[in-house]
Amino acid sequence: MLELVQLSRRFGDKLAVAGANLTFARGEMVGIIGRSGAGKSTLLRLINRLIEPSDGRVIADGTDVTALRGRELRAWRARTAMIFQQFNLVNRLDVLTNVLCGRLYHMSTARVLFKVFTPAERAMAVHVLDRLGITDIAMNRADALSGGQQQRVAIARALMQEPAMILADEPIASLDPMNAKIVMDALLDINQREGITVLTNLHTLDTARTYCQRIIGMSAGLIVFDGKPEALTDAVLRSIYGQSGDGQAVDEQLTSTSLPMLARPAVAR
Amino acid sequence: MSADDPAYRLFEQRFGARRRARMAETMLTAATAVLLFLVAAVWTDFSPEKIYEGLPRIGQYFGKLLSIEPLAGADPVPVLAFGHVFGGVKEPQSIAYWFYRIDVYGTLLWQTVQMAIIATVMGFTAAFVLCFPATGTLMPLRVLVFFLRRLLEILRTVPQVVLAFIFVWPFGIGPLAGILAIGIHTTGALGKLFLELNENADLRAVEGIKSVGGSWLAQIRYGVVPQVLPGFLSYALLRFEINVRSSTIMGFVGAGGIGMELKRVIGFNIYEEVSAICILILLVVVILDLTSERIRHRFIGQFA
Repeated sequence: MLELVQLSRRFGDKLAVAGANLTFARGEMVGIIGRSGAGKSTLLRLINRLIEPSDGRVIADGTDVTALRGRELRAWRARTAMIFQQFNLVNRLDVLTNVLCGRLYHMSTARVLFKVFTPAERAMAVHVLDRLGITDIAMNRADALSGGQQQRVAIARALMQEPAMILADEPIASLDPMNAKIVMDALLDINQREGITVLTNLHTLDTARTYCQRIIGMSAGLIVFDGKPEALTDAVLRSIYGQSGDGQAVDEQLTSTSLPMLARPAVAR
Repeated sequence: MSADDPAYRLFEQRFGARRRARMAETMLTAATAVLLFLVAAVWTDFSPEKIYEGLPRIGQYFGKLLSIEPLAGADPVPVLAFGHVFGGVKEPQSIAYWFYRIDVYGTLLWQTVQMAIIATVMGFTAAFVLCFPATGTLMPLRVLVFFLRRLLEILRTVPQVVLAFIFVWPFGIGPLAGILAIGIHTTGALGKLFLELNENADLRAVEGIKSVGGSWLAQIRYGVVPQVLPGFLSYALLRFEINVRSSTIMGFVGAGGIGMELKRVIGFNIYEEVSAICILILLVVVILDLTSERIRHRFIGQFA
């Protein structure tokens, strides 16, 4: 179980995240929505300490994550894998090595420095690549791939960490609708088969509705909504996204990235 | 918008003021530069007349080279005469006579190149180790970044000949002093270039490695090194070219290589040998420059 207590982060005089109090149960698939600059990315990065909090605490199974240092902090990061909007792969390395990087925490310094991966690690990498359907590009350089392939490589790297949780920061924002679906399906599959908690920032409302059991809405650093997708009424959406110019509610079609041919559950709009 | 629109006039007014201010700044900078140049020229006795006066004498060296001092009243006899070019070692006007000590020069030139190789490898290794903790974007410890950057500055600002001279005392006459001098300078010079490459490295890969729980070393090894290594190697080869040229000078202070021999023959005014050595140095430097340039282009081409 993961608990955020009064978690805050200040950049200059702007509060990016203002006193977030949230609790996540194991195995949840949670979508975090909100406008650009609402603090979604900061919130995720506070959880794995890529950004240090200004105030408040992150508590995981009774351990105060915000107090971890050195090797213990790295152990925590290894357990909470992260997926980035821009994939954050090592462009000049091949796919296999990028995926193997997911094991770096578990390797000795000498093995890290000399890039020594064991046959068992390589086998695990191939297995993970196979699961995501990208074994054939294992020897390609990461920057030679399409965005969708790169994001699947990033998911493969995350799986190599054998994480308890995956933090996905706008995982499909740089992808076309088809690849977006492949990536979201992969995250859902991981969530359902391994029971890995998935927290994902999404800027597309319908994706959040389709894939997540729970949705958190952020606005100007504040948590303004936390509940089931069905509870997202127009009034709630206005509090998350703000009023549009003509007073109309947010048109979900405008934020949609799904292909018309892809069926999605009918939702009240 | 018409020209007499008040908003436009206000814009013109402000724009004009900005432009005048910038113009004044440019003029001031230019005037300062010209003044500094003139002061420097006066102090160093640098003047167009002197160059003009000296110009006709430039040929004299080559004239001396191709002739030996005439006996009183007689015509000068050229050192290299067409009829004798391919003559034997004992024939004064032949190439063989000129280069009769080619074995000595060859050995010394080889030593010179080896000095450059060892110094470059040494400097590259040291710079490689020092450049990552000296990069502000990669090293959170500000104090260490500051200290290492100053260290690299000191290493590259001391002239190599001065360093070589200092090292000849403890390590004696010979290549070791020269290697150390060039190696230390290379560390400072390459370190600076390397850390600039590091600063331009894409930090997303670094963040990616950090997010899997990688240590600082792992972040550097996987996030930064693959990005910057081609640039490092290209700079190292360029530095090698420079180091070959530098190591020819080292001998002047007794720090090994062909320079020692060059200094000796200059001292004795043996024009044939001075020329022979200069030609050989030029040859080696040109060959190495061309080769390394090719290799560098392949690096850039391959990784670009």
